[in-house]
Amino acid sequence: MCKSLQVKIADVTFKNPVMNASGTFQPRECADYVDINQLGAVVVKGISSEPWTGNATPRVAETYGGMLNSVGLQNPGVDVFLQEELPYLEQFDTKIIVNIAGRTIEEYCEVAEKLQGTSVEMLELNISCPNVKEGGVAFGTDAKMVEKITGQVKRHTDKPLIVKLSPNVTHITEMAKAAVSGGADALSLINTLLGMRIDVHHRQPILATKMGGLSGPAVKPIAVRMVYQVANAVDVPIIGMGGIQTGEDAIEFILAGADAIAVGTAGLTNPTAMTEVLQGIESYMDQYNIQDINELRGLVK
Amino acid sequence: MSQNDKKKRMTAKILDNRQIATNIYEMVLHNDEITRATMPGQFINLYCRNESKLLPRPISVCETDHNEGTMKLVYAVVGAGTKEFIELQSGETIDILGPLGNGYDVNQPVKEHIIIGGGLGIPPLLELTKRLRGKKKIVLGFRDKLFLVNEFKRYADELYISTTDGSVGEQGNVIDLLNRNDITGDMFYSCGSKRMLKAVHQWSIHHQIEGQISLEERMGCSFGACVGCVAKIKRQGKQWEYKKVCTEGPIFFNKEVVFDV
Repeated sequence: MCKSLQVKIADVTFKNPVMNASGTFQPRECADYVDINQLGAVVVKGISSEPWTGNATPRVAETYGGMLNSVGLQNPGVDVFLQEELPYLEQFDTKIIVNIAGRTIEEYCEVAEKLQGTSVEMLELNISCPNVKEGGVAFGTDAKMVEKITGQVKRHTDKPLIVKLSPNVTHITEMAKAAVSGGADALSLINTLLGMRIDVHHRQPILATKMGGLSGPAVKPIAVRMVYQVANAVDVPIIGMGGIQTGEDAIEFILAGADAIAVGTAGLTNPTAMTEVLQGIESYMDQYNIQDINELRGLVK
Repeated sequence: MSQNDKKKRMTAKILDNRQIATNIYEMVLHNDEITRATMPGQFINLYCRNESKLLPRPISVCETDHNEGTMKLVYAVVGAGTKEFIELQSGETIDILGPLGNGYDVNQPVKEHIIIGGGLGIPPLLELTKRLRGKKKIVLGFRDKLFLVNEFKRYADELYISTTDGSVGEQGNVIDLLNRNDITGDMFYSCGSKRMLKAVHQWSIHHQIEGQISLEERMGCSFGACVGCVAKIKRQGKQWEYKKVCTEGPIFFNKEVVFDV
């Protein structure tokens, strides 16, 4: 019997639950390593209404079992995205999700509006990036703000809206509930954890911005815990991410309550990680004779 | 193109790995496919075995032997990752990815080449020097102990050497060598520290010589996915924009690069 990896999130059907985490996948470069047609979805790196330069360098630092980044959402802006990037992505047999960023609520709404009537399937609201001065995580750590911005952006789009949650909060479930009451169709979590590294020989921070977002296998237990808590607190689909390197890591998130999963840092250290995670999920299903990936979702109570 | 035809991390066999100068090591790897694809100025990723060290160590390729399928890398011990590499023995294997980045443009109509390397910027210029056609003036600046000089000598029409302490060759750096010896040519190629490249840039403007330089930046993935390693590159109509050193470089034309004060 043929097993099914198909998952459905807010009425969009994905052929499998594997996608990339926003900001870790540049389609043109990564296409040399990954058959994009095999992916459940491609999540486009944060797009803003105008081009953003991004932060000064160094932007990355290695940590034990992880890394810090402070790229600062460098992107060409929504107009260039629509002209140059979207047509490229449309050639692949996969769903396109666009992560949208802004400094003000109006800027988020402007991006959402410009994506109306395009082949983009879903939007992911980035209110959790720790590396921008305005917007980003400033919106994502205040429950009232989360609800307000989600509601406003929803009014400017007819596409399903995913709200990406920041782990840099005391109670993740409060943010999840606020997003849902604002109208979020799905949630994705976790974004990176705010961290810092100091070069003891030069006695200064390694990153130009001093602090940055921690990701990689070191953060996985936190991510699994938060997915579990959120899955038990709200009724919308969840895209789980944070340190997934293998199929079994992905299964851990699905058992905790995720409908789909995203691979981020692992794809930077091993460019073929995404398809390997997909194969790993299939092997796990074979091993335990699972016919439908949805059978596993939230099995851990 | 299916997943089977895609590029991926590969294994290379270590044929040699030894110290050649203070804190500087030479590693010879065997991998036919990657060696044959590598052009002068390109680099490869080396991965640590210790899985707590996630990120690759991007290392420039010094020399390639297409017949043998071998490549030589010269690297310095700068941290825990490279410290792991010096322990590797001949016969062992290491995970690599590559070749990465763009190499030097060797097809420019040039009669006199100036090759300028400082410290660990010297090794990546060797394969380039071998492949350039025309008169080659080679300018190398070392801290103290020399390395690879005999290899460069073989292809040099003129060879200039300095050490910071003056123990071998002229005392000083590559700029001192360029100025004292009135070195000129049609195109220069340079690799070294940011400080050196900036000084070479100023020298080149004064002498109106165009050049190709290899930039270095702290990298995340080294293949274009993370947008971590960027440099300010001049753009028509704009002052500058950040371009990725790993996939849009590491070789840039000197006139494109913005050198911050």
